[in-house]
Amino acid sequence: MTYTTRRAVGLFLTTLTGLAAFLMVGMLALILLDVIANGASHVTWTFLSQPPSDGMMGGGIFPAIVGTAALTLLMTLAVMPVGVLTAVYLHEYASPGSRLAAWVRVAVVNLAGVPSIVFGLFGLGFFILFVGRGMDRVLGYEEMHWAQPGILWASLTLAVLTLPVVIVSTEEALRAVPLDHRTASLALGATQSQTLVRVVLPGALPGILTGAVLAISRGAGEVAPILFTGAAYFLPDLPSHLNSQFMHLGYHTYVLATQSPDVEATRPLLYATVLVLLLLTFALNLVAVIIRTRTRRKAAGAH
Amino acid sequence: MDRQVVMEQGLTETLAVPRLSAAARRRQLREKVIAGIVTLVAFTGIAALVLIIVFVAKEALALFLEPEARHEASLSKMFLPQVVRQGKPPAFVWQPVSNVPKVSMIPLFIGTLKTTVVSMLVAVPVGVFGALYAAEFAPRRLRELLKPVIELLAGIPSVVLGFFALMVMATVLQDTFGLHTRLNALVAGIGLALAIVPVIFTVAEDSLTAVPRSYREASLALGATPWETAWKVVLPAAAPGILAACVLGFGRAIGETMIILMASGNAAIVSASLGDSVRSLSATIAAEMGEVVVGSPHYSILFFIGVQLFLFTFVLNMLASAWTKKVIKRLTGSAS
Repeated sequence: MTYTTRRAVGLFLTTLTGLAAFLMVGMLALILLDVIANGASHVTWTFLSQPPSDGMMGGGIFPAIVGTAALTLLMTLAVMPVGVLTAVYLHEYASPGSRLAAWVRVAVVNLAGVPSIVFGLFGLGFFILFVGRGMDRVLGYEEMHWAQPGILWASLTLAVLTLPVVIVSTEEALRAVPLDHRTASLALGATQSQTLVRVVLPGALPGILTGAVLAISRGAGEVAPILFTGAAYFLPDLPSHLNSQFMHLGYHTYVLATQSPDVEATRPLLYATVLVLLLLTFALNLVAVIIRTRTRRKAAGAH
Repeated sequence: MDRQVVMEQGLTETLAVPRLSAAARRRQLREKVIAGIVTLVAFTGIAALVLIIVFVAKEALALFLEPEARHEASLSKMFLPQVVRQGKPPAFVWQPVSNVPKVSMIPLFIGTLKTTVVSMLVAVPVGVFGALYAAEFAPRRLRELLKPVIELLAGIPSVVLGFFALMVMATVLQDTFGLHTRLNALVAGIGLALAIVPVIFTVAEDSLTAVPRSYREASLALGATPWETAWKVVLPAAAPGILAACVLGFGRAIGETMIILMASGNAAIVSASLGDSVRSLSATIAAEMGEVVVGSPHYSILFFIGVQLFLFTFVLNMLASAWTKKVIKRLTGSAS
């Protein structure tokens, strides 16, 4: 084969790889266009501010929005301290050859790969049936109080699920803080913890925020882990206690899509719900992408 | 690594100062306590993983301990063909809620296998080729645009992908291929591919970009075309990473729940046809856990399925991380 034919064959195959790349972009665009075209006209103020009515065939999704927000807020409160401190241990405190650090890393990698439905089983088996029952016994509740699905258990289950996300992004952020900052601080007589709190963590803050945002976006979209740990099919009341059940945008999507008695009638509601859920997760993801590209560029400029 | 040495030196030098003031000693104690707390928190990740397997396995254990559960769902009933009706040949049937519960897991395995294979057949070529394009051929600008867009695709909740497969793709595929059931293994598999393509793309792209520039320069200097360089030099060099990408995607596909639950039709049919409805392991847990009596044999079986899913993905993850380490070691080791 001459060089020209080889080049031509190569060019053809290169085009194929380009097509593969654009197939992915194309599918994303297709999903977005479909959801926007069918859902945009139904996302009105009434839809966002009313509970569902007429046996889920009318009304809005207000309780689902509040439920999702409350769930992810509790999850964030639980996962951030643990995730950030674990990353701090891995990057700042563990000695290079540390066995424990190696084990923690293996655990984090595997935790990230556990199927989300298994997290659901874990939430049921550990939080509700073990911790919840134990609390009921210790606190002397006669009927089930903690040993039932509720927003606290669902959010803690999601916190375990999103832990790897937070650890990985925090560690990346810590890695981007230049070593000079630490040595300068230590040389001025600051202790390790003072250096950590006043120099390293502020420097890593954008990256840590990225981790938080990614965790929230992941947590807001997961449905399988909350199926048996607290999500409610229909509940016009907002969650008022840590053990109340709640409505959720993702679960609501699932319910509308699969359990509706009249598919055509719920179709607009379904599309509008999906649009709201997508906008929420995309907005969060976009924020994360923007913060990350900025800090990466800054880190690249600093060296 | 250097930083650690510097910090350790800093600490030992402080320790070496004779006769510390009371304030300094208090400060040292405080540092030790803080380091202790940080180390303690780091155990959470390990604890979480251990607790997951322990508590999921604990609920499944009744299957092997309690006589009633052992009778209803023995290992042979779960994995070997059983005579369902008198006079008929033995078969694999999943009907856990009936007068005589039939709990063969084979239909569920077949369902999971079918959807997973379909999704891998779609996602591996698209993901790996896409990564090759992004890493080797795309202009820099385009590449910087492509990566965040794929990250957005990865950020779509699986329930939305399931919804899309159910509402849009099912109809399109049924019209194109003339399938008799609207929800089937093909629809679920392609929906699943949407979820795992970003995983494969991201990991494959990372390992392709980790290949040193000198490999490409040497190949081009010897007269290879850019395609030959990408296909015969860069791709083989990154092979363990690409394999890891596929294995990670495979693990994700086995465990993914919502897409299959919504788009597969959920009928536990034993057949080879991709046009038939299927029921996967993960979707079975999601669909049946809501109505099951806590502590019943059926309940234990669902947790037992969870244990199996955990073990499958655990093994796949360990393989993938071993291979990723290998590619990094090989490339950085031979480059420097």
